[in-house]
Amino acid sequence: MKKIKKYLALMLVGVLGATTFLAGCSKEKKKEESNGPLHLTFYYPVNVGGDTAKIIEGLCAEFNEENPDIVVEPIYTGNYDDTVTKIQTAIQGGTPPDVFVNLATQRFTMADTGMAMPLDDLIASDEDGKEFIQDFLPGFMEDSYVDGKIYSIPFQRSTEIMYYNKELFKKAGLDPEKPPTTWDEMLEYAKKLTTDDCKGVGLALNSGSAQWTFTGFCLENSKDGKMLMSEDGKKVYFDTPENVEALQFWIDLQNKHKVMAEGIVQWTDLPTQFLAQEVAMIYHTTGNMANINSNAEFEFGTCFMPGNKQLGAATGGGNFFIANGISEERQQAAWKFIRFMTETERAAQWSLDTGYVPTRQSCFDTDIIKKYYEDVPQAKVAYEQIEYAKPELTTYNAAEIWRILNDNIQAAVVGDVSVEEALKNAQKEAEEVLAEYQ
Amino acid sequence: MKSKSFGKIKKESLQGWMLIAPALIFMIVFTVFPVFRSIYLSLHKYKLGMAVPEFVGLKNYLDLFHSGLFWKVMINTIYFSLITVIPSMIAGLGLALLVNRKGKHIGFIRTAYFYPCVMPMIAIASIWMFIYMAKNGLLDQLLIRIGMEPMNILSDKDKVLPAMAVMYVWKEAGYLMIFFLSGLQGISGEIIEAARIDGASNWRILKKIQLPLLAPTFLFVTTVAFTNSFKLVDHIVIMTEGAPNNASTLLLYYIYQQGFTNFNYGVSSALTVLMLGLLLIVSLPRFISQDKKIHYN
Repeated sequence: MKKIKKYLALMLVGVLGATTFLAGCSKEKKKEESNGPLHLTFYYPVNVGGDTAKIIEGLCAEFNEENPDIVVEPIYTGNYDDTVTKIQTAIQGGTPPDVFVNLATQRFTMADTGMAMPLDDLIASDEDGKEFIQDFLPGFMEDSYVDGKIYSIPFQRSTEIMYYNKELFKKAGLDPEKPPTTWDEMLEYAKKLTTDDCKGVGLALNSGSAQWTFTGFCLENSKDGKMLMSEDGKKVYFDTPENVEALQFWIDLQNKHKVMAEGIVQWTDLPTQFLAQEVAMIYHTTGNMANINSNAEFEFGTCFMPGNKQLGAATGGGNFFIANGISEERQQAAWKFIRFMTETERAAQWSLDTGYVPTRQSCFDTDIIKKYYEDVPQAKVAYEQIEYAKPELTTYNAAEIWRILNDNIQAAVVGDVSVEEALKNAQKEAEEVLAEYQ
Repeated sequence: MKSKSFGKIKKESLQGWMLIAPALIFMIVFTVFPVFRSIYLSLHKYKLGMAVPEFVGLKNYLDLFHSGLFWKVMINTIYFSLITVIPSMIAGLGLALLVNRKGKHIGFIRTAYFYPCVMPMIAIASIWMFIYMAKNGLLDQLLIRIGMEPMNILSDKDKVLPAMAVMYVWKEAGYLMIFFLSGLQGISGEIIEAARIDGASNWRILKKIQLPLLAPTFLFVTTVAFTNSFKLVDHIVIMTEGAPNNASTLLLYYIYQQGFTNFNYGVSSALTVLMLGLLLIVSLPRFISQDKKIHYN
């Protein structure tokens, strides 16, 4: 008994000690800040494989060396969803991150909930702020705005392109240098490419991917560039005749023409199937360029997503945000950090290291990118396509709206409901979610 | 005299409190407090970025009861429980009977049956992905080899839950085996020996002696198996994310989605409270019938 008591007492002392120690630590940190260098917390998610985390940490170390008065502490926060949760928790705990990377599509939520601040004043007070913003590719910069104000700066951005197998093209009697440019051509090619072991075309229809590709198809099928949502993020237009047509086209690829695998193919499985020559053309992110380039045992080509009424594609990926409610000194430091991270040469190298598309016009004049496009000409397509690209589906409560659209697309794919009904249901459910923002 | 004994009692009870303090503190912090916090939040509208939850009464619950998705998820959850609990109990009992003997390699065999359940669900789901993967997976390749159409089972709305159930039974059977085995070993060898001398067959011994004496084990295992099956989420994140069209969404995944993807903390709290109620109902029989009908050795 005595032993147990002793043990308990020891434990209590231990716990108390640890608490005091921790409390002391946080105090010390604050003290250091008031006269030492400024400590900035930087939250970043990693959504692709590879050494991205290592690269980001390296860049932060470089920044800290160049700016002795600022210390940026990079904190890896999981995927994009996890990052939002962590920012929210940090804000509630009174220690918000100063600067963070998050999905561009989260900007309405970020602005609405007061988690991020508008950057216009920082841009205006920067001497070449305006030129800096103008240098970003418009296709990427477009989804930085909320109610006319800039809330984010493009960082890790991608777009969807088509990869095709040149050898299978030759086998099917198609010209490997003439990839399809329209839906009709794509269907015609896919029919020729489809054999017992190989499907003509592949799209990923799992949650989280279908809405991205679908945005592109809807844009291609729209006459006026209007597609799934309004620019202010408060309305969706899921059930327009054009969009119904686009979804019907997908379903027909599977069921009517049998040129695409039935059911739901996962986003991550698609490149594997392409590399195994089980599908001849796939729609996938430019982020997969490195993977396909190094693993393909055949000659492959890339091209724009084939258009219909017009060319189109969706952009996606993550942007820089600055947290709301931090001191002006911190805002300035955070801005300096963002400028550093998106500086032309660095953005070009970042694109090369990760497979993301360079975000700035000036990147394309750098030797890094020029040489890269010489070595891997397939990569250039992404950049050229940005001109026709629009931001992917995003609204207030973006995650919930995505889910609604994806669920209903899947319902149509597995044959629960007709295409028209699926998009009508999606429209109705989405309107309920968005009702409070009208 | 009186005050002395009072002091003694107080001292003793203090000692008692001290002894349970570590467990009690953890229980309060990680179980009791969150339960009450969930109940509180379930009556509020609370979303991402809201500093203060806004009281809405039972609205979250009523919205759920009116949502088709909620009922779909509930039906999925109950269906999944039934198709996992019963087979895994039968398999667990079967394995237990199989390894309930003495032998040279019996330890190794027991371990082999038990090992899937020491693996984390995430790892198991990742491994089974290679079996269920469309076209390139083991299952589809097998079907192709024998001349059948590949089925891409995870995107089939009717087969996705049974497919996950097979995986889960494989994992869970070994775990339940341990309980059955300890139950079987608790049965005195004399009774069985006596029965055998009287000429009872193995089947008769199982039916008339072993199964009745396993009744408390059965009740315990049923409770554990059901609650376990409600608490599953990892494999959905890895394998389907609820696809196709929520055909594989189970209650816990739905809670996760509402809470950490849609950031509707109020709604996800309401769902949590409902789940708690469900778990309570499932574990109720065990508490009621304890020491009553069931014979403990």
